[in-house]
Amino acid sequence: MTEGATTVAVRPTEGAARSLLAFRGVEMVFPNGVHAVDTVDMDIAPGEFVSLVGPSGCGKSTLLRIASGLARPTAGEVVLNTGHIAYVFQDPTLLPWRTVRQNVELCNQLKKLPKAERAEKARQAIEMVGLAGFENRHPNQLSGGMRMRASLARALTLEPEVFLFDEPFGAIDEITRERLNSELLRIFRTRAFAGVFVTHSIAEAVFLSTRVAVMSARPGRIIGEFDVPFPYPREPELRSTPEFAALTGEIGRCLRSGAQ
Amino acid sequence: MTSIIATMAPAEPVTFARQARMRGYVTMGGPPLIVFALFVAVWYLISYGLLSERRRFLLPPPHDVVSVGFLDWHNFAEILAGLGSTAAISLAGFAIAGTIGFTLAVVMSQSVAMERSFYPYAVALQTLPVLAMTPLVGLWFGFDTFSRILICSILALFPIITNTLFGLKSVEPSQRDLFDLMKAGRWTRLWRLEIPAALPNILTGLRISGGLSVIGAIVADFFFRQGDPGIGRLLDIYRASLETERLYAAIICSSLLGLALFLTNTLISRHVLRNWHASAHSKSS
Ligand SMILES: Nc1ncnc2c1ncn2[C@@H]1O[C@H](COP(=O)(O)OP(=O)(O)OP(=O)(O)O)[C@@H](O)[C@H]1O
Ligand SMILES: [Mg+2]
Repeated sequence: MTEGATTVAVRPTEGAARSLLAFRGVEMVFPNGVHAVDTVDMDIAPGEFVSLVGPSGCGKSTLLRIASGLARPTAGEVVLNTGHIAYVFQDPTLLPWRTVRQNVELCNQLKKLPKAERAEKARQAIEMVGLAGFENRHPNQLSGGMRMRASLARALTLEPEVFLFDEPFGAIDEITRERLNSELLRIFRTRAFAGVFVTHSIAEAVFLSTRVAVMSARPGRIIGEFDVPFPYPREPELRSTPEFAALTGEIGRCLRSGAQ
Repeated sequence: MTSIIATMAPAEPVTFARQARMRGYVTMGGPPLIVFALFVAVWYLISYGLLSERRRFLLPPPHDVVSVGFLDWHNFAEILAGLGSTAAISLAGFAIAGTIGFTLAVVMSQSVAMERSFYPYAVALQTLPVLAMTPLVGLWFGFDTFSRILICSILALFPIITNTLFGLKSVEPSQRDLFDLMKAGRWTRLWRLEIPAALPNILTGLRISGGLSVIGAIVADFFFRQGDPGIGRLLDIYRASLETERLYAAIICSSLLGLALFLTNTLISRHVLRNWHASAHSKSS
């Protein structure tokens, strides 16, 4: 559980060599004619954390929905080499009539896991996101950041190998957001999932990821991929280094070039 | 009582809390009390100032209504019995409307075909002048309890259907996505997501229907005159015999019945929704 993210073995899969999640010529045209995504090809290997940045409306959420199976692409396919996938939505999507604990248990309850087992998984996940002591609160008694943590904990109980995040910290203030970034990295290193993380913040993307993919304006295509060379564990001070600034600058230029 | 409290907690916070609470009651109860006093004053003014003694029976002064209608045990017992009968009818009608309305709404929420087939009739039911139906209902089902309950439930049915259906169908899309992702079946989805999410709307529907069921029961009292008399029948009897003190007492009692039902429903809603987000509260009120 505690070894480095890149050294975790993933159960062998047939076909696609080492990628857990692969987009193969994925294209999405909505019934109303909106061409949201245009031939996206991308591989996400175990231990990778890929951020997706792109102008608003370029099809990032659509891509995640396709990856999770919530939407079907009009062309191409998604190859998913695991049954353990979790999805953190842009809003926390907690059920207001359930306590934090009950919300975190929801996914495994829907999977009909035995009570004791799902309680234990929930306890661990709540601990991991730092919500211990708040188990019996209802969502309306939590701050926005705590709600997001609860949502994260709920996804963690699925013990995902592929973890999709759709701008989870978009509505959270800068300081809380940076703290949540650090905590997400800590979880990423202990749980070693493959992550796809949508964000509008280039700094957040670079800080978290092993790779940043830049999308063009609609119809969304991947117009640039940047490897992030900084080793883990990453400290918040990384954000103020010249190397960090250089990389974010480069990604920003790429983003602007594709924004028209 | 106070000594027990004093031994359990420092005296000062308790008195502060109590003072604050008293102040709360006064600010909350003050304005309505002033209005009530004004109301009684105007009532006296009309009784004694506007009406001659011969016509005073149109609005007997409050103390006559109280002494004849409430303090005379024989009269008051009759009103109470009528009130009890009406309350029982409206409760039965409310329960039936609640069960049928909820079931229909769930069925309609599960299938577009069902909704398309039934919803127009639910709307038609609401526009149906129930009063116009009463003679027929009486001919078909007799002029006693059964018909009273039937009219009452028809009147109370619609708000439950519409509010419940609206609640079941307005579950947030992202919450639906979550259940989709977990491949939840229809029943799980209904039980774990849609019904709880619709709870504020269901309670709103029940509150409206509760009021309507009281109205329905009183109206039905006028039409179906067999069996033990409800408050509606008493109202008619007092009117016919010009016993206006008792008439006013009966009117006051029937509005208290409606009020009691409304308050009960409000308290239940508050309790059920106490942990919900503020938006859920406003959604329900
Ligand atoms: N169900 C749908 N039907 C029709 N058009 C849709 C649908 N869902 C999304 N779209 C359109 O597809 C495009 C891509 O949407 P998507 O939500 O994927 O963008 P996004 O990159 O996530 O944007 P943002 O950064 O603002 O969240 C948008 O123009 C949107 O209006
Ligand atoms: Mg989006």
